[in-house]
Amino acid sequence: MKAALDILRKLLRDPAAAAGLVIVLLLVAVAVLAPLIATHPEAVWDMNPRQRLLPPSEAYFFGTDRMGADIYSRILFGARITLTIAITAVGAALLIGVPIGLVSGWRQSWLGEALMRISDIFLAVPQIVLAIAISQTLGPSIENVILALSVTYWPWFTRLVHAEVHSLRNETFIEAAIALGVPAWRIILLHVLPNVTSPIIVRTSIGMGFTILTASALGFLGLGAPPPAPEWGRMISESREFLPEAWWYALAPGLAIFLVVMGFNLLGDGLRDVLDPRIRRASTGR
Amino acid sequence: MSSIHGFAVQAPGDNLLEVENLRVSFATEHGVAKVLDGVNLTIRPGEIMGLVGESGCGKTTLANAILGILANNARREAGSIRFAGEDLLTMPRWQAESEIRGRSITFIPQDPFGSFNPLFPIRTQTMEVMKWKSPRRAARDGRGIAGFFSRYPRARRSADAAAVLQMLRTVQISKPEEAFGKLPHEFSGGQRQRLMIALALLPQPELIIADEPTTALDATIQAQILKLLKRLAKERGVSVLFTTHDLGTAYEICDRITVLYAGQEVETAPVDDFFQRPHHPYTVRLLESLPHPGRELREIGGEIPALVDPPAGCRFHPRCFRATEECLSDRPAVTPLGGGHQVRCYHPITGASRL
Amino acid sequence: MSEAPILRVDQLSRHFPVRNMFGWTTGAVRALDDVSFEVRPGETLGIVGESGCGKSTLGKTLVGIHRPRGGRIVFEGKDITGQSASERGAAAPKLQYCYQDPGNSLDPRWTVRRSLTEPLIVHTALEPRDRNARIREILQQVGLPPTHLDLYPHELSGGQQRRVGLARILTLHPRLVVLDEPTSGLDVSVQAAVLKLLRRLQHAFSLTYLFMSHDLSVVRMMCDRVAVMYLGRIVEIASTEALFGAAKHPYTQSLLSAIPDIGGRRVTDTFALEGEPPDPSQPPSGCRFRTRCPRAAAVCAKIDPALQPIAPGQSAACLFV
Repeated sequence: MKAALDILRKLLRDPAAAAGLVIVLLLVAVAVLAPLIATHPEAVWDMNPRQRLLPPSEAYFFGTDRMGADIYSRILFGARITLTIAITAVGAALLIGVPIGLVSGWRQSWLGEALMRISDIFLAVPQIVLAIAISQTLGPSIENVILALSVTYWPWFTRLVHAEVHSLRNETFIEAAIALGVPAWRIILLHVLPNVTSPIIVRTSIGMGFTILTASALGFLGLGAPPPAPEWGRMISESREFLPEAWWYALAPGLAIFLVVMGFNLLGDGLRDVLDPRIRRASTGR
Repeated sequence: MSSIHGFAVQAPGDNLLEVENLRVSFATEHGVAKVLDGVNLTIRPGEIMGLVGESGCGKTTLANAILGILANNARREAGSIRFAGEDLLTMPRWQAESEIRGRSITFIPQDPFGSFNPLFPIRTQTMEVMKWKSPRRAARDGRGIAGFFSRYPRARRSADAAAVLQMLRTVQISKPEEAFGKLPHEFSGGQRQRLMIALALLPQPELIIADEPTTALDATIQAQILKLLKRLAKERGVSVLFTTHDLGTAYEICDRITVLYAGQEVETAPVDDFFQRPHHPYTVRLLESLPHPGRELREIGGEIPALVDPPAGCRFHPRCFRATEECLSDRPAVTPLGGGHQVRCYHPITGASRL
Repeated sequence: MSEAPILRVDQLSRHFPVRNMFGWTTGAVRALDDVSFEVRPGETLGIVGESGCGKSTLGKTLVGIHRPRGGRIVFEGKDITGQSASERGAAAPKLQYCYQDPGNSLDPRWTVRRSLTEPLIVHTALEPRDRNARIREILQQVGLPPTHLDLYPHELSGGQQRRVGLARILTLHPRLVVLDEPTSGLDVSVQAAVLKLLRRLQHAFSLTYLFMSHDLSVVRMMCDRVAVMYLGRIVEIASTEALFGAAKHPYTQSLLSAIPDIGGRRVTDTFALEGEPPDPSQPPSGCRFRTRCPRAAAVCAKIDPALQPIAPGQSAACLFV
C-alpha cells in the first residue's frame, strides 16, 4: 500500500502523467455516473425526429444527431461501452499473454520457441486487419469486437514477459533461489512475476488507449455494436453524410476518442518513468 | 631532466611531484562529498611511491586529479599539484593536455578489459598514441584545430613504429609484429596490462600513475607484471605513483609508501621502515588485520565514514584506540620522525618494532 | 580418520560446449575433468586456483546448479549426482552454496524477513511461530539486530547484506557450506571481520566448509587441508602445513612463490613462472601444466599424471615427485 501511494505521489509530479490520470479517472466517473449526469437519459435510445440535427445549445450541449437524440448524453453512455471493451479486451489479452510469456521465458524449450513463433505470427498481421476479419466472420457485436481485440493483443504481453523473464533468469538472486531448492513454480510466481508487473502495468495502460482507438475504428466501419448503441466510432461514421453543416455531430465523439486515448497514453508513459526507468521501450511504443 | 618537454631543468634532490594541501569535493545527490581533505604527497625522481588505502580513501581521485581527469561534478577547493615546478591545476588546459597528460605523466588503469577500444587493432591504437605523444614529436606539431588534421611525417612514423615494436618485445609480448594486427579481445588480461605498460612507457614520461594495475589479475600473472613494471621503471629512471589496497603488493614494488584514510594521508615512510615501525594507529591496525599464520586476525571496529559528513579533525578518530578530545579539533600536523618517516597523529605509536 | 567423509566426489566432470558463430559445437571447455576428493565432517577444505581453474564450476556442480557430465557426488552417504537442488528433497538444505557477494543473492523486492523465511517455508513444516524464532536466532548469530527484519536489501550496507545472505543459508542448519570467494574484492579490514564471522558460525553450527579462494594467505589461515586446481584438475591436495611448508607440485610451488611475504624476500626478485594459462578449450596434451613447468620433460607431453599419494595425507599429480 505504501508503495502504491509512493508511486501515486511521484506520478502526480509529472504534469503530463497527472493529466493522463485525471482523464482516465474522468472517463471512469463518466461511465459510472452516466445516468445521473446525462441531461436526456431517455433520449439515448429513443427517436425524436423533430429535434434532429440541432446545433449545440443550452438544452443540448453537443447538439443532436440524425435521430434527434442528445449527443452529449449519448457520449456519456458511450463511455460505458468504450470502457467495457477496453477493460475486457486488454484484461483477456493479459490473462492469455502473461502466463504464456512466463512459461516460454523460463526455460529454453521447444514449447517456448513454438509459443514465441505463434505470437510472432499474430504480431505480423496488423491488429485492425485481423480484427476486421474476425468481426466480419462472426458478425457485428460488442462481444466479437472484444474477442477480436484480445486475440490480436495478447502477443504484446507475451513478448514483454518473455524478454523480462529471460533476462531475470540470469540474475544472481534467482540462481540463489534455485540453489536453495525453491521449486520453479514458486520462483516464477513469487520472484519473477513481481519484477515483471511494472512493465505489464505500463503496457496495460498504453494498450487500453490503442484498444479504444481500434475499437472505435471497428465501430466506424460498422463492425461494432449495432445501432442504436451509442458507440463513439459508429457516431462518427453516422455523421459523415451530414458534414460539414452538422459539424458538432462528428466533433463530440471525435474529441472524446482523442482525449481518452491520449489520457491512457500519457498515463502509461508517466507510469513507465515512475515505475522503472530501466524498462525497455517496445519497438513501436504501442 | 625534462628539457625535451620544455620545463626548467631541475636540480637532483628536488621533488618531481608535490601535492600540497589538496582539497577536492564532489557534488552528489546526497550532498557534497569531501573526498580529499588537504592531502600532501611528494614523489622524487626515479622512485616508486605507493599510495595505499582501502575503498573510499580517495586514491583514485588523487590519481585523477594529477592527470586532470576528474569528473564534472568535482571541485578543487584548495591546494596545488606541482609537477617539475609548475602547478598542474593552474596550467592552461591546452598545455596540460598536450604536454603533460599522456606524455610527461602517463597512466595505467586498473581494468585491463576496458582500456582498449574493442573495434580497432593494436597497431591503430598504439600508433595513434605515438602520433600525438611520441617523444620525437616537435613541440609545434599539430596545435589547435589544424592539429586535428595534421600529417604524420613518414620518417617519424617509421621511427615510432620501430620503437613500438621494440617496446612490445621489452614487455614480453611474444611475436610483436603479429600482435600489431590483433584485436584487443585476443589478448588475456595480463597481456593487456603489458600493452598498457608499453603505452605508458613509449612517450618517455617522467611519471607513471598506475591505478591498482594488478588487482584484477591472477596471482602468478600479478607477480609477473609487478616484476616487469619495477624493472622497467628502475631501468629508465621513471617515477611511479602506484595505488593499491593490498599491502603485500606495496611491499613488493614500492620504495616509499603513503597511507590514505578517508581522504587524509596519515603516514609516509620508506618501505622497510613502514612495515617494521608503523606509527599511525590505522597503519598498525591495517597490518594486524592481514592474515598471518600463527597470529589472531584483528578487525578494525566500525566502518569507513561517509564522506558527505565526515568526522571532524582526524577522520580516523571514531575507530581509533588512542583517540582523545584533541583528535576531534583539528587535523594533526605533519610530525617528521626522521629517516623520511612522517606521520599525522596526536598519539603516534612509538617503541617496539612490529614485524 | 575413522569418521566417514561427509562428501565424496569421484571423477567429477563438467564440460561446457564451445560454439562457433553458427551455433555449432566445435569443442568443449573441460571446466572439471576427473576431479576426486573427500571432505571430512567439521573440516575446512580449501580449494585454490587462478581464474579458469574450475573452482566455481566445482562449487556450482556440487550444489546442483550445474549438471555434471560424469562422475559421482556422494553426500552423507547418498548419491546426489545430477540432481538439482529441488530434486534432492531432504538432502538439499544440508548442502548449501554461498555466493561471493551474498547480498546479491537476495531478492531486492523482498524484505529481509521474507527472504529469511522462504527457505524454511520450502523445506520445513515449521509453524510460523517457530520459523520466526529460528530466524531471530540466526540473525543474532550473524550479528544483526531484529529491527533489520523489515528492511529491504538496498537499505542495508554491503556488509549487512552479506550477513543477511549468510543468515539465509544458515536458516536451514546445513551441514556443509560451499563458500565461493568469500573475501574477494574486500578491503583488508572488512576481510578480517568476515573471516572471523565465518569461524564463529562454523563453531556455532558445526559446519563443514569448502572454502574456495584465489587468496592463499587467507586460505592458509582458515583451512585444514587445501586442494590446488589447475585447468579443471586437482594437481595437489594436502594438509595446510604440508602444502605451505613442502609443496610438491611445480604449479603449487609457483603459486606459493607469488605470494608477497611482508618483511621477507621480494617476489619481484625471485618469481620465475613465465607464460599464461593455456586456452581451456585446447589444453596441452599430457600434463596440462607442462607448457609453463620448469621441470617439464618430453614424457610430460605424453602422459597425463593422475593424483598420486606421495606422503600420508598428501597427493600430487606430477611425474617427478
